[in-house]
Amino acid sequence: MQPTNRPVNAVELRDVTKTFGKVVANDHVSLDIRKGEILSLLGENGSGKTTLMNMLAGIYFPDSGQILVDGKEVSIRSPKDSFALHIGMIHQHFKLVDVFSAAENIVLGLKDKGKFDRKAISQQIRDISSKYGFDLDPDKKIYDMAVSEKQTVEIIKVLYRGADILILDEPTAVLTPQETEKLFSVLRNMRADGKSIVIITHKLNEVMAISDRVSVLRKGQFIATVNTSQTSPQQLTDMMVGHAVTLNIDRPEPKDPQDRLEVKGLTCLDGQGVKVLDDVSFAARSGEILGIAGIAGSGQRELCEAIAGLYPVSHGEIIYHNRHDEQAENLVGKSPLAIRNLGISLAFVPEDRLGMGLVGSMGMTGNMMLKSYDKGNGFFTDAKPPRTLAQEIKEKLEVVTPSINTPVRKLSGGNVQKVLVGREIASGPAVLMAAYPVRGLDIHSSYTIYRLLNEQKEKGVAVIYVGEDLDVLLELCDRILVLCGGKVSGIVDGRTITKEEVGFLMTTHKEEGRGHD
Amino acid sequence: MTEKQNIQREPLVRLAKRDDLSGAKKWAIRLVAIVLALVVGSLFIAVLGHNPIAVYHDIITGSLGGPSTAKVTVRVAIPLLGAALAIAPAFKMKFWNIGAEGQIMVGGIAATYFALYWYDKLPKPALLIVMAVASILAGGIWGLVPAFCKARWGTNETLFTLMLNYIAIGIEAYLQNGPWKDPSGTGFPIIAMFDQKARLPKVGGVHIGWIIVLALTVGMFIYMKYSKHGYEISVVGESQRTARYAGMNVGKIIMRTMFLSGAIAGLMGFLVVSGADYTLNNGTSGGVGFTAIIVAWLAHLNPFAMVLIAGLLAVLTKGSNTIQTNFKIPASAADVLSAIILFFMLGCEFFINYRMIFRGSKAKVPAGPAPATPAASPDTAEKEADEHE
Amino acid sequence: MNNLINFLTAGILAAAPLLFGVLGETLTEKSGNMNLGVEGMMFMGGIAGILGPYYYEKAGGTNPYVALIIAMVCALVCAGVGALVFSVLTITLRANQNVTGLALTMFGTGFGNYFGEAVGNADPSGFLSVSTAVKGIFNNPIFPDSMVNIPYIGKLLFSHNFMVYLAILLAILLAWFLGRTRAGLSLRAVGESPATADAAGINVTKYKYLATCIGGAMTGLGGLYLVMNAASGVGGAWVYNCIDGYGWLAVALVIFAVWSPKRALWCSLIFGGLACMRYYYPISFIPASIYDIVPYIVTAIVLVAVSLKHSRANQPPESLGLSYFREER
Repeated sequence: MQPTNRPVNAVELRDVTKTFGKVVANDHVSLDIRKGEILSLLGENGSGKTTLMNMLAGIYFPDSGQILVDGKEVSIRSPKDSFALHIGMIHQHFKLVDVFSAAENIVLGLKDKGKFDRKAISQQIRDISSKYGFDLDPDKKIYDMAVSEKQTVEIIKVLYRGADILILDEPTAVLTPQETEKLFSVLRNMRADGKSIVIITHKLNEVMAISDRVSVLRKGQFIATVNTSQTSPQQLTDMMVGHAVTLNIDRPEPKDPQDRLEVKGLTCLDGQGVKVLDDVSFAARSGEILGIAGIAGSGQRELCEAIAGLYPVSHGEIIYHNRHDEQAENLVGKSPLAIRNLGISLAFVPEDRLGMGLVGSMGMTGNMMLKSYDKGNGFFTDAKPPRTLAQEIKEKLEVVTPSINTPVRKLSGGNVQKVLVGREIASGPAVLMAAYPVRGLDIHSSYTIYRLLNEQKEKGVAVIYVGEDLDVLLELCDRILVLCGGKVSGIVDGRTITKEEVGFLMTTHKEEGRGHD
Repeated sequence: MTEKQNIQREPLVRLAKRDDLSGAKKWAIRLVAIVLALVVGSLFIAVLGHNPIAVYHDIITGSLGGPSTAKVTVRVAIPLLGAALAIAPAFKMKFWNIGAEGQIMVGGIAATYFALYWYDKLPKPALLIVMAVASILAGGIWGLVPAFCKARWGTNETLFTLMLNYIAIGIEAYLQNGPWKDPSGTGFPIIAMFDQKARLPKVGGVHIGWIIVLALTVGMFIYMKYSKHGYEISVVGESQRTARYAGMNVGKIIMRTMFLSGAIAGLMGFLVVSGADYTLNNGTSGGVGFTAIIVAWLAHLNPFAMVLIAGLLAVLTKGSNTIQTNFKIPASAADVLSAIILFFMLGCEFFINYRMIFRGSKAKVPAGPAPATPAASPDTAEKEADEHE
Repeated sequence: MNNLINFLTAGILAAAPLLFGVLGETLTEKSGNMNLGVEGMMFMGGIAGILGPYYYEKAGGTNPYVALIIAMVCALVCAGVGALVFSVLTITLRANQNVTGLALTMFGTGFGNYFGEAVGNADPSGFLSVSTAVKGIFNNPIFPDSMVNIPYIGKLLFSHNFMVYLAILLAILLAWFLGRTRAGLSLRAVGESPATADAAGINVTKYKYLATCIGGAMTGLGGLYLVMNAASGVGGAWVYNCIDGYGWLAVALVIFAVWSPKRALWCSLIFGGLACMRYYYPISFIPASIYDIVPYIVTAIVLVAVSLKHSRANQPPESLGLSYFREER
């Protein structure tokens, strides 16, 4: 399955530059994609991989530089131009219309002549499915599909349009190891069929497993392209981060762990009456980091929100034990305000930072008040303590912002997260829940967050860390709770378990608890 | 595989967001928009066969030309400003209350009840206070009903508040044609003029309502900016999920704010019936509830800016009566002119929020006059790049 | 029985203008644009639709069919221009849709009343009105008397003017377009998820503009109907504020009809019936002025009722009310 002896370039990028405001996302990047190969585009979060590929997909337009397809210079001004050049991109966030069927999504936007014949279209889709080894019902509605099925729809969509160059943006982020293997075999079938495939990723093992060549980007700049067979994970890491880094995350031994939060038989239903959490039981201990793993949408969000008093609980108990075990409160049925009024300090860093944890249009000061504005009996808010706190967090966590009054939505992702985590830690919590706290952050910001979580752990806080990167979970957490379809499929020791075992737990009982996203 | 390829050019115009304009520049753009609107308005007038300069001149003299006309203009501006202040907290919360019209009407109806049937039972100050309280409660309840349904079931508030306008106007028509019809009205279905005791006193030639709305202006500014309620309103308007996360009771905040919004609008109904008209009729709200939306929006929900905009629209309204007499231009022209101004003001925000990059100007892409913007930190691009959908 | 037939016939006549409004707004909202300016566009369609034949007749024209065509074209174009202003402001300049729609209503209302009054005042008769012949075209049945005179169903089905049938035809056409054509699929995708549609190569801006302008033009026919129809007013003459909330009812009915042209048919019929019920079934203890607002009360109740039940298939277009900017994150 190696590329032919005289490789032919399907796409060439020459000196492509793209800026956002004053930030250079791609700085004179040059890159070749050959016919009949799988190319990995490797880089950390924020290295400009997606931006670069979005220019091939017609989402962005380069500020300067050239794009050549089949040796001819082209101008891709819209996704339509991109299709015309037989380029298809599968975005990380799927672009599907939820209320449409798979077939409707697949033919969307095509201007075929003649009658709009749904039957014939369904047949064509079945043909493509069987050719490459997919499994898809063309008439199923997207809102009834699991994540991996949606991804299948996306891939067939670009194939149906006759794409010869497929770009997949982080395709495995939402898949289990088993689903990933299946995807890879489909990709190999496509390569055998002569298609060019680009995989955007930051996972080294996948790069090694699937690709023929690897191109590395760092901070918007092109570093190098190497043959996979002639490189090693360590070499790729060095290229990716620029200098040798230890991948080790600190994991101090827990000191005197005691049950702080005890969840017993927790069951929650969503709006449609489907069980999103089913008989979940565990304990979060002081001085320990409890990791929560699972494929996307396995109940992680609902679990955090239920504990925080934001999601209705239909059965079960959430018992809080205070430091000296004098008091045990059941938090079920209590609003966040009621929990706060009991003197229980529950810090929560939600997944949706600007849509839930912070008020985007307010500055740091305004955001510091979010959970404390109602302190005191007066009619008016007291802006002084939050201003002081904002100043403190800005200095201590090195938040880059022109002023503590600049709306936080104008800050970068890493700084937004520092503001949020800073505020939650400042409340001196007994329990700290962090959902995907490093998503979208660069490596340095991520390490800052790991350090802050470990600091809290050492102070005796019960930390709950919801993560998606198994490598991080395995290095950071003392214990890992694995969720699968809303059920606990295992609580394991983070020091001894392997990635494959966690991956297996993520998929057991799979058939029972699905049906929501 | 090669199809005929399109021309090698980038798009003619591309857009980019910007947030680097200074306050002065923003207002300069808005001022240009108003001037352009007046120019388009003058074209409209010219097409109708009139001299725009003469018409504008008469609008000004007819509304501000002398003490007596100016007083009428102030009288027009009072409910307009008050209703805009009423709408502001609701809009800040992204609750699209377009029911101020009906809230004014029910406020007027409630006040009228006491003016007609209690004037001989209470001394003047007490009667006026009772009327005011009644109008506040009536307007508040009229605002509370859609808020309750929105908070409870997510009912579309825009259309609900609008339907309540028609219902309020229907109730007024019923009262005017039936139970409250003036027996001495020579058969015409009108409501009797209020007794002297039910009329608001004047200060400086205009009823005391102008002092009330100016006090409300200051009060609303402080309420929105410094009170806990104001903070809650801002958070709910930005994101209800954030509000719940912060422990706020979103439903309660929506209902409380809409009660306040309706109450202020209801109070304006009282000011109109008791201060300006001395009676209730189907024109008591007279479109004020809708025009107030424009005032509130043009002022960017800033109470002090509302004073200016309400004044401007009052000048247009009063002036349009003058041009109706002088030029036989129907008074509806004021609506057309106000709408044109609003169109331009809505459109100009685009030039404040976005920067256009024309083909061939790629060299100066990272342009922008103000140098230090927060976007200058290095990982903004990471976010833009990786979190883009 | 006769009373019932008369009532249903009147209900159909009163439903037609609503149906034009509902269909136009449905098309608009399917593209993700919420245009609250229906009332204003109806005013614009109504005034232009009467001014056209009025000036044609002033200029000596006598052919009522020519007058009819002029009226239709004027109504469509004028309301369409109103929708175009809305489109430029909300699609290209990304202004707030709610406020822009309100501004359009204010503009259209002023525009209609202004010209209605100004032209009427200038006319020797003191009214802006068209000749009986033109009025007849808009009000007479299109089917022969022999059909109209069939007992019961003749009056119910065949006694209407051409615009009633035009409205029904439009509903069927729109249902076919949205459900059975590629362009309809693309339009729905634009309203559901513009980013998805964009990525699929659909010209989002073009679809939004076309749907909003054609939809707006359709609502203009509702205005024309209200001005010309004798059942809902004088007929063939401008009456101050003649649209009187019909546009707003139409916007509300779109929700009631859950964005379906087929359901719009009978939703309009129910409300047409409610609007004229008091003339056929007066209820002694309900005063006329209260009976008049029954459609608004029922609309309010319906809005609440619709919000009570949620189902996956009957939701508004996902991106309704939001503007789209490709490079936005």
